[in-house]
Amino acid sequence: MNAALRTQVGQLARRSVLRTMRQPGQIVPALIFPLFLLAVNSGGLKSATDLPGFPTDSYLTFALAVPFMQGALFSVMNAGTDLARDIETGFLNRLALTPLRGAALLSGLLAGAVVLGVVQGMVYLSVGLIAGAELAAGAGGALVLVVLSVSVTVAFGTLGLFAALRTGSGEAVQGLFPLFFVLLFLSSMSLPLSLLQTDWFHAVASANPVSYLLQAFRSLLIEGWNLGDLALGFAIAAAIGTIGMYAATRTLKTRLVRT
Amino acid sequence: MTRKIALAVAWRSIHNFLSNPAFLAPGILFPLFFFTAFAGGLSAISNTPGFEFPSGYTAFQFVFVLLQSAAFGGVFTGFGIARDFETGFARRYLLAASDRRGIVAGYALAALVRSLITWTILTAVALVAGMEVGGEGVELVGLYGLAILVNATATMWAAGVAMRVRSIQGGPLMQFPVFLILFLAPVYVPLSLLSGWIHAVASVNPVTALLESGRGFISGDPTAVALAFAIGATLPVLFALWARGGLKRAEAAG
Repeated sequence: MNAALRTQVGQLARRSVLRTMRQPGQIVPALIFPLFLLAVNSGGLKSATDLPGFPTDSYLTFALAVPFMQGALFSVMNAGTDLARDIETGFLNRLALTPLRGAALLSGLLAGAVVLGVVQGMVYLSVGLIAGAELAAGAGGALVLVVLSVSVTVAFGTLGLFAALRTGSGEAVQGLFPLFFVLLFLSSMSLPLSLLQTDWFHAVASANPVSYLLQAFRSLLIEGWNLGDLALGFAIAAAIGTIGMYAATRTLKTRLVRT
Repeated sequence: MTRKIALAVAWRSIHNFLSNPAFLAPGILFPLFFFTAFAGGLSAISNTPGFEFPSGYTAFQFVFVLLQSAAFGGVFTGFGIARDFETGFARRYLLAASDRRGIVAGYALAALVRSLITWTILTAVALVAGMEVGGEGVELVGLYGLAILVNATATMWAAGVAMRVRSIQGGPLMQFPVFLILFLAPVYVPLSLLSGWIHAVASVNPVTALLESGRGFISGDPTAVALAFAIGATLPVLFALWARGGLKRAEAAG
């Protein structure tokens, strides 16, 4: 990365991080809502651990993977809404008058998502452990868990950027939330894949990449170091991030038309 | 006169959400989605020791989703009221109506029609999905009667918030408490299978009685009917007072 690009990315990253930190409306729901659902589901579905084949005797530990995914879904909204606001207010047009590179813009905008991912990961894990969840992979696993959380958050954040660039509307980005929520619910969110009895649901959940991202988080919490599950989780996050970034970059080219 | 005002307000609200897919779709799709996710994804829960529900897990979850859709039919109507205040249309209502209680009654009627549409589709989908219904005519009337009372309660709650905040920014305030009280009930398993803090909270949550009664109706084994209808009849009256307070605030704001 040359000095000019580093400066550009640095300035936009600083702006993105400050903007995220200054908006409690973005941070608080991303922290509170997943923890509320964790509390409710871990209480309400505790008896699921009595099912033969359930991988742990603590539903809280099993369910602790879910907030990490929900937090990532919030990053779609946050990253996308911020960029959409820049489009709506004309800030992106002003950037188009500068020699700013597209890659710098997108990378800088994701800095806010990275910070949010770190905060989310640490808060979810701390609350979970205080509430009695287990972390089979130990202290090193905690670090990997946060890194995985950031990777997934950034990966989904790129989809938010793409949606914002494609639609140019914050409202349209917000409208994507139910769609991503469906992805989460039609996964192995509440029960392991092996215990999903309804055939069509099992088929959908098996084809849903979110199931494998959840499994990567769960492997650290329940099993310890399962390199296969972890590698698959990181690979899926990388694939989503690459596809999202590619789509966003292509769309940005049409947005940043210099006159 | 009040009836005419109510019908006019209801007609406009119903026309608005029927002619705009962005308003109509969430109210229909969300319950279907929850029903699919819960009944499909959690069916193994019915195999846990102590889970006994004769009509099966699909019917067990259907009752929750029915009551949830009833509540959110009211909340979505609250969004419409807030939008009317933002655009200034609600102020025209306040100027034109000789009895302003008719405005609230009109919105409540629209919320009921919205929910009736959702329940028709939800019930059809559940039956196609193989839901077993053990209850008979009167029991099913009881089930949908409970849903109507929940719908009225949520509408009055959301209307009260909307008329106080008078902005769509009050949406989370309308939505989150409803979401909270619904999910602090025995959603996934019967109350007897809950333990710890969630059991303590669910035991005093009024939604629990409504859910258990509804589940009793659908399985043909009526349970806690008097308690459920006492709660179901009291809550709309209490929240109507809350909505009346909101109306007075809106009137005072001009």
